[in-house]
Amino acid sequence: MNGRKSFGGGGSSGGGGGRGRAGAGAGATGKDGQQRRPMFRRRKVCKFCSDKIDDINYKDAKLLMPFVPERAKILPRRISGTCAMHQRKLRTAIMRARQLALIPYTAE
Amino acid sequence: MTRKYELVYVVSPDATEEQVTDLHTQVEQIVQRLGGTIDKTENWGRRKLAYEIGRHKEATYVLELIDGTGELMKEIDRRLKVSDLVIRHLVVRIDEDQAVIERTKAKRTETSRRRRTARGLPADRQPGEGQRGDADDDRDDRFDMGLEDVR
Repeated sequence: MNGRKSFGGGGSSGGGGGRGRAGAGAGATGKDGQQRRPMFRRRKVCKFCSDKIDDINYKDAKLLMPFVPERAKILPRRISGTCAMHQRKLRTAIMRARQLALIPYTAE
Repeated sequence: MTRKYELVYVVSPDATEEQVTDLHTQVEQIVQRLGGTIDKTENWGRRKLAYEIGRHKEATYVLELIDGTGELMKEIDRRLKVSDLVIRHLVVRIDEDQAVIERTKAKRTETSRRRRTARGLPADRQPGEGQRGDADDDRDDRFDMGLEDVR
């Protein structure tokens, strides 16, 4: 809260006030933000990049299963941490595997 | 110009072994007639389906790697659509993807070799080196569907 106020003040008075102040305000918010959320999130890494799996193959149901949990929906990138390129490949692989009934479309 | 294709068809569980091989010879005949070749055939045997297709809960899967033209695959696709025994099939062109995969692999080994020589190490990874020594075993575990050769 405190951080936000100071930032707002800086903005309103800083019409001609000078960049130095605005910058300081922004720095304060950043610090406060860190204090407010001390929880440490582990950085997600793309499984396919780290394991060096080049070929995301639709025949390999075991590889794909972790990316279609419970309801059999494709796990979004923001959760799995897969990189954009591999998520695209994963998607096509999952869709092909579904056609062949190697992976379910839905969970009943 | 020929291209590489992968064909997987799912045969109804009511079909006998004989009918499955019959289907394979039919495909083979079409391929031969239209000037293609079958590089490899794999029978995955009977597998449980992820969902029911019609009233079937399991089915036989057959994979064929075919080298041929687009017209050939079109004809096979048409024939399999008509067939009552085949409940699902999928044709995928694989040559382009394979080329990309090979390129990335070559690039990766090339960079790793360059970096390793820059660090004064032997260019290739020695057995038992690094903390991920058993990574290869992990990979093999995932493919125990009998597909190792395809990849």
